Amino acid sequence: MSAASVVLVLGDDVSTDVIYPGRYMATVLPAETPQYAFADLGVFNAKLKAGAVPAGSVVVAGKNFGCGSSREQAVSALKGHELAIVAGSFARIFLQNAINLGLRLIEAPGVTAAEGDELAIGVTEVVNLTSGRRYAVRSLPAARQAIIEAGGLIPYTRKRLLGRSAAR
Amino acid sequence: MGMTVVQKILARASGRSEVAVGDVVEPAVDLAMSHENAALVINQFQAIYEGTGLEPTLWDAARIAIVFDHRVPAESPKTATNQKRIRGFVGINGIAKFHDIRGDRGGICHQILPESGYVLPGAVVVGTDSHTTSHGALGAFAFGVGATEMASIWALGHAVNVEVPATIKVNVSGVLPPMVGPKDVILHLVGKLGAAGATFRVLEFHGDAIRAMSTSGRLTLCNMAVEAGATSGIVPADAETIRYLKEEAGVLEAVHPVVPDRDAAYERTVDVDVSALAPQIACPHTVDNVRPVSEVAGRHVDQIVIGSCTNGRLDDLAVAAGILKGRKVASTTRMLVFPASGRIYQQALEAGYVADLVRAGAVVMNAGCGPCLGVHEGALGDGEVALSTTNRNFKGRMGNPASDVYLCSPAVAAASAVTGVITDPRQEGKP
Repeated sequence: MSAASVVLVLGDDVSTDVIYPGRYMATVLPAETPQYAFADLGVFNAKLKAGAVPAGSVVVAGKNFGCGSSREQAVSALKGHELAIVAGSFARIFLQNAINLGLRLIEAPGVTAAEGDELAIGVTEVVNLTSGRRYAVRSLPAARQAIIEAGGLIPYTRKRLLGRSAAR
Repeated sequence: MGMTVVQKILARASGRSEVAVGDVVEPAVDLAMSHENAALVINQFQAIYEGTGLEPTLWDAARIAIVFDHRVPAESPKTATNQKRIRGFVGINGIAKFHDIRGDRGGICHQILPESGYVLPGAVVVGTDSHTTSHGALGAFAFGVGATEMASIWALGHAVNVEVPATIKVNVSGVLPPMVGPKDVILHLVGKLGAAGATFRVLEFHGDAIRAMSTSGRLTLCNMAVEAGATSGIVPADAETIRYLKEEAGVLEAVHPVVPDRDAAYERTVDVDVSALAPQIACPHTVDNVRPVSEVAGRHVDQIVIGSCTNGRLDDLAVAAGILKGRKVASTTRMLVFPASGRIYQQALEAGYVADLVRAGAVVMNAGCGPCLGVHEGALGDGEVALSTTNRNFKGRMGNPASDVYLCSPAVAAASAVTGVITDPRQEGKP
């Protein structure tokens, strides 16, 4: 169990256009994308850029977080700030991108929280320490576990390639 | 138990006789498409090889397609430099399926791939774009991936750890009424399923309305399958698919449709009867916020947009030109048209559609993604309203979070251009 503060609360269907607006898509480097995380949520973006949001802080959202575009910047921008996302559910490509890049996602159907709440995030449940409510965690697709364990898709693919060339 | 189309495709691509929902497979990829985000794919591809002592090597350059469409011509030095870098990579690696910024063979990736004959029934197609679902229109299993996943595919030649998705059968029956088309069908369906209603699932389209639909219309349907969260949309290939590939896409080789088994197991069946369907509108700020046009008719529109991978094909431009010929775009609105490809642009010129639209006051732009995703041109002012044939209306989608985007068919967009307010094309022209 790790405890973390909720720094932002959003609703259902948060699209990648909200997480990382399309007009910044020419920026691709993971070192540069974090400045545009939630760029149109001015106050929160300013906090992020000012370094006022500690690593490990939590964004809580409803269903279908990350819907829309496949843009990986939406993940690398959040990863750059080491945010964790606790949401009712995630859109498929966003979920996959997050696993591939090592962004921490926790799927907890029905989760609710207010800004400033403290969450204890465990493997099987999320406890909102402020409200006392508990939410079951739905595990990520088992097929993807190997990628998470390898530390992301780049090291995972590297391992597969090396295994292949060793087998030759 | 029989298999769905996608199960059959995944079994073939994974070298198995059959697969069941939930099986984990590593399907060989037949076509891997990227656009300007190839710049990021190249970075990640090179990162994979760091410290391995291996030379970065594409698994098969002939199966990689790169199409510039999101920001064409380049809107900034940054984009132009990314595009330049990609061109260099394309040259060094001999990627022949490369479509640069050109009036003859350029355009939007989801139009270029079909019209170039790159997508065949039964193929596994991946693209670093969520609307890669479009290619299911030709009976392929096509899904969107991120840039890192594409880099992994460039190295390995297959996708890793793919769970075989469940399939929802969508039965579309009836005859589409006048001024109602494929866009209205898919908007209605997304509204019915909800934005996450098909997440991790495939939508397999059946029914007499699908069999009667052109490949262009099927592309519109499958394009927006992702707006219901679907991994992919797919229309089992048929005589129309073969006709399109032979006559319009120049495919010479034999085409082998993949059809589902009679006893294929579907998670559920959704029935849509289009006989009485009205033109549909997706209201701000989610694609599943869908209503019949009558509920929002009369609302002022500042900018009409016709085009995109969803509705920028010749039949879409024909509908718009048919409504606007000899008339004028209302003085209180402005109208932007962007064909889906250079080839379509030429066909629209030859058919006289471009002249009809320009004389009416529309601005006909180059083929590309245009204003759809708010990165390039056609931005909206604070408080402005757009009515667009594109596929997304999320807050900020067209570049300004203080604006509203409504989604509709080309017929609704063109009828509304004449009046300057959201207009039912079945009523348009009547007193």
